[in-house]
Amino acid sequence: MIAALQKIGAISVFFGRILAGIVPALARPRLIVHQVYNAGARSLIIIMLSGLFVGMVLGLQGFDLLQRIGSEEVLGIGIALALLKELGPVMTALLFAGRAGTALASEIGLMRATDQLTAMEMMAVDPVHRIVVPRFLGGVIAVPLLVAIFNVIGLYGAQLIAVQQMGIDAGSFWGQTQSAVELDDVTEGVIKSFVFGVACSLIAVYEGFHSAPTAAGVGLATTRTVVTSSVLILLLNYLLTAFYL
Amino acid sequence: MRPNRALEIGTGLFILLGFVALVFLTTQLPSSGLRIREAGVYRLSATFDNIGDLKQGAPVSMSGVNVGRVTRITYDSRQYKAVVDVSVDSGYDKIPDDSDASIQTQGLLGGKYIALTPGGSETYFKDGGRIGFTQSAIVLESLINKLFASIADKGKDAAGDAEPAKEGAK
Repeated sequence: MIAALQKIGAISVFFGRILAGIVPALARPRLIVHQVYNAGARSLIIIMLSGLFVGMVLGLQGFDLLQRIGSEEVLGIGIALALLKELGPVMTALLFAGRAGTALASEIGLMRATDQLTAMEMMAVDPVHRIVVPRFLGGVIAVPLLVAIFNVIGLYGAQLIAVQQMGIDAGSFWGQTQSAVELDDVTEGVIKSFVFGVACSLIAVYEGFHSAPTAAGVGLATTRTVVTSSVLILLLNYLLTAFYL
Repeated sequence: MRPNRALEIGTGLFILLGFVALVFLTTQLPSSGLRIREAGVYRLSATFDNIGDLKQGAPVSMSGVNVGRVTRITYDSRQYKAVVDVSVDSGYDKIPDDSDASIQTQGLLGGKYIALTPGGSETYFKDGGRIGFTQSAIVLESLINKLFASIADKGKDAAGDAEPAKEGAK
């Protein structure tokens, strides 16, 4: 119990250090671009593939369900809202934690284990500014963009099933969707994805930075990153949804 | 600096893709968004007393075959009628200009669509034409209301017949 409290406190303090380091880190945009590439561009394939299959399975299940009550044409609304508000941000953040969060944690953890971070401190370079903040910002920038891509691909996948395979009229699929989706629904998803991006990146850099300087320590930090971020994402998602409804 | 160049292109591509997706989600999906006009269609308009819950994008069909869709729904405050703009695929350009349009329902609770029934005229609709004969949507609730009202009236009549008998008993 006390250990959990201590950890929450430590993460908050670390978050404060990162926030304080954002302005100096902006002076080196190249480092941030590099991390956007590592965290975002390299997660693109897994995000796009997952989005496609999630959209397609939603199309199949939704069609099967709605066919029983004879209102297949509202399928687009259900899928669009589910993707925009829940599945897009949550699935993307979970995949991001698995794909990019673990890479961040083990990279920083290995720097810790091989004393690279200590060496930086010896040279009066703050490793939080130089290593942690660009990685954190890279994640924060990448996640909302990945979510948007996931949603678009998911909708395309759903459309493939609904319109091409099941023969729902394309006009009523998109028309019904457009008439039911509000701009608020889109912004809710964007806000969620931003919050998840901050949470995932923060946990990853924290666990890496505070890992034990051993091979086992790096492994533990990677595991903890996935477990903590996944639970945190689902918890935050519940809170944000409850707040919005 | 060569690997850096590939990295920057990759990042740029990713950010571009992300923003294109965001722009698509914010402008094309919500009801308040912008619309791109489609090609290969011609436009017709029709006025209805009541369109029920006809939606933008609803299909327009002839004999059950989809020939176009509803592009815009506005309200004419001078005629007190709903104005529905539809676009019909240019492939279906032989629709008599005295055809009538009626709003029908897909299934019992499904969405509304517009059914065109061809007339007997020798001339055909052209771009910007007006469909003169229209039939409004049947609103299920008002039908149910009417049904209940008629049942209630009958009940009242029955009660009214019983009233004098009671008075007589006094």
